[in-house]
Amino acid sequence: MKIALFIPCYIDQFYPQVGVATLELLERLGCTVEYPEGQTCCGQPMANTGCEQDAIPTYKHYVNTFSGYDYVVTPSGSCAYHVRKHYDVIEQSPAVKQLRKRTLDLSEFLLDVLKVDELKARFPAKVGVHQSCHGLRGLRLGPGSERNIEAPSAIHTLLNMVDGVEIAGLDRADECCGFGGTFAINEPDISVKMGKDRIADHTRSGVEVITAGDMSCLMHLEGILRRQGSPVQVKHIAEILNSQA
Amino acid sequence: MNEHATKAAAFIKDEARTDWHDESLWFVRSKRDKAAHSIPEWEQLRELASQIKDHTLAHLDEYLEAFEAKAQENGVTVHWAADAGEHNRIVYRILSEHKAHRIVKSKSMLTEECGLNEYLEEKDLEVIDTDLGERIIQLREEPPSHIVMPAIHLKKEEVGELFHQKLQTEKGATDPKYLTEAARQHLRHSFLKADAAITGVNFAIAETGGVVVCTNEGNADMGTHLAPLQIHCMGIEKILPKAEHLGVFTRLLARSATGQPSTIFTSHHHKAKKGGAMHIVIVDNGRTTQLGRPDFRNSLKCIRCGACMNTCPIYRRSGGHSYDSTVPGPIGSILTPGIDLKKYSGLPFASTLCGSCSDVCPVKIDIHEQLYKWRQIIAEEGHLPAVKKQSMAIAGSVLSRPGWYKAAGKSARWLTRWLPRPLVYNPLNTWGRDRELPESPKQSFQEWYHKNRPAS
Repeated sequence: MKIALFIPCYIDQFYPQVGVATLELLERLGCTVEYPEGQTCCGQPMANTGCEQDAIPTYKHYVNTFSGYDYVVTPSGSCAYHVRKHYDVIEQSPAVKQLRKRTLDLSEFLLDVLKVDELKARFPAKVGVHQSCHGLRGLRLGPGSERNIEAPSAIHTLLNMVDGVEIAGLDRADECCGFGGTFAINEPDISVKMGKDRIADHTRSGVEVITAGDMSCLMHLEGILRRQGSPVQVKHIAEILNSQA
Repeated sequence: MNEHATKAAAFIKDEARTDWHDESLWFVRSKRDKAAHSIPEWEQLRELASQIKDHTLAHLDEYLEAFEAKAQENGVTVHWAADAGEHNRIVYRILSEHKAHRIVKSKSMLTEECGLNEYLEEKDLEVIDTDLGERIIQLREEPPSHIVMPAIHLKKEEVGELFHQKLQTEKGATDPKYLTEAARQHLRHSFLKADAAITGVNFAIAETGGVVVCTNEGNADMGTHLAPLQIHCMGIEKILPKAEHLGVFTRLLARSATGQPSTIFTSHHHKAKKGGAMHIVIVDNGRTTQLGRPDFRNSLKCIRCGACMNTCPIYRRSGGHSYDSTVPGPIGSILTPGIDLKKYSGLPFASTLCGSCSDVCPVKIDIHEQLYKWRQIIAEEGHLPAVKKQSMAIAGSVLSRPGWYKAAGKSARWLTRWLPRPLVYNPLNTWGRDRELPESPKQSFQEWYHKNRPAS
């Protein structure tokens, strides 16, 4: 099985430890992972702002970089969703079609492809789960509180395999954090208010660490937490799954 | 910042009030969840409703004509209005022919869209909105902030003060029961002396020629039962093929709107009462244009339950008035750009694309996907702010070139690490006003990888 690792641009630049955790975790699970040279971004920042045309060269670059693998694994539900959902505006060659199907979020790859049912991981902390919207409602990595559907939540399933994790209950199980890409800078007041409200929900439950499948949500929440001087930490799910403490 | 962002910022300044607004609507959303989750076949119902609406929209012309023929058979007069102006003129003409001066009107987003009240008032007619929330905002001379709960933005103290001024209730009274009773007594007079009753329409059945009006207060019934003339105003998209389809929608509507199993009143109007007259005005006002846009057609499936507003984290924290559109919230943000793209070019961006609206929608409108598509059109047609447009073009160039990307990333990390804080956290940095930027690591993942996996 040829596996490529896609580390989204902002993780590459600002959260390299998330990339490291993802790579180490996959290697520990016996995968041989390649990190294709020259990778950049999925193109979502431009497309979500309405500038799909400006994103197309980045789409093509992604296709060139990642074609030929059985799976492309990325620690981001949002980027995986973008490739699968929105790469319909470029020519649908067999390579593009295959790539759109085989670009997977880390949790999907662990549960659906590797069929992981145990992890040698330990992370003793009270953890609050932030469901990223693109993972939850885009990739359907969980049931979503709106729908009357019984389905497991991928992130909960994985956390339950980690020793010492206590998952906190929340008043609002899956409300958006308010990041929303360029929304965060174009509607900063609401964006921050949404983030503060999410954080308050977690702190009411005594959460020590907020985790998510998307570092972008956590970057936004962390920015508010640090400004507040809060002791609450954020950790990408890969970091927790890769913990041996 | 766009207009919505500016208005939202003003709304949010009063944080306690924002929290109150958010909690009030979240309470409704939670009631909706309970109701939806208590019906095992909820998702099948949504699918069925969606398919019925898709089918109806695909054959809208046939069903509209069938409806007209059946209604005429029942003795109802049917009128067609191409736009808001024609709708208003038709209503006025009917009223004039019946020498009607005092009109009671139940909730109707269509007449709100057409500006009917203002039009009739200019002609010296008296129009009293009889839905309690509608009456409150009519007395305040402001537009509704929500399509189901038009006065949800107001606190009972504010309603108490308004009623004290307008309806002479006791100063400082805030007891909802007392205030509602005062409104009832006040409205009763209007019902008793009304010459005509106007209602909106929730559903129109092609098979029977009848219209269905759903209310919780019975005000539409009080109006139509007492006044000799009844006028029902409906958009062309309100049609359902058969009476048997209605149950699917009445089960979804109230549960989605407020979490009730059904609205208190679901009234079926087929013909005029003895000695009375019944008219139906069918309005296009841009709907055919929307029907002609494949990507946006299915926004016409909307049954106006308001669930997307109650669930929207942005609506809840910015209030309906921040949208400056008759229909606010997520559904408004996909309907209004089709009416005036330039004016409403900010609305599709008043969203994080979280998708909650689409999942809560009882007729499965892909609201957040349409928001995404409107964004593309807004950019293509040149309605994006220049700074946004240029920065995206630059981002596109950088992110498609590995060399540029590497250099840009490195310098961004270097700058945020070494520049003095006031320079990084400058007034243009809207991220940094209330948030810290991520701490810049010394090396990117790429750089780490090359050091730690040198063999590859």
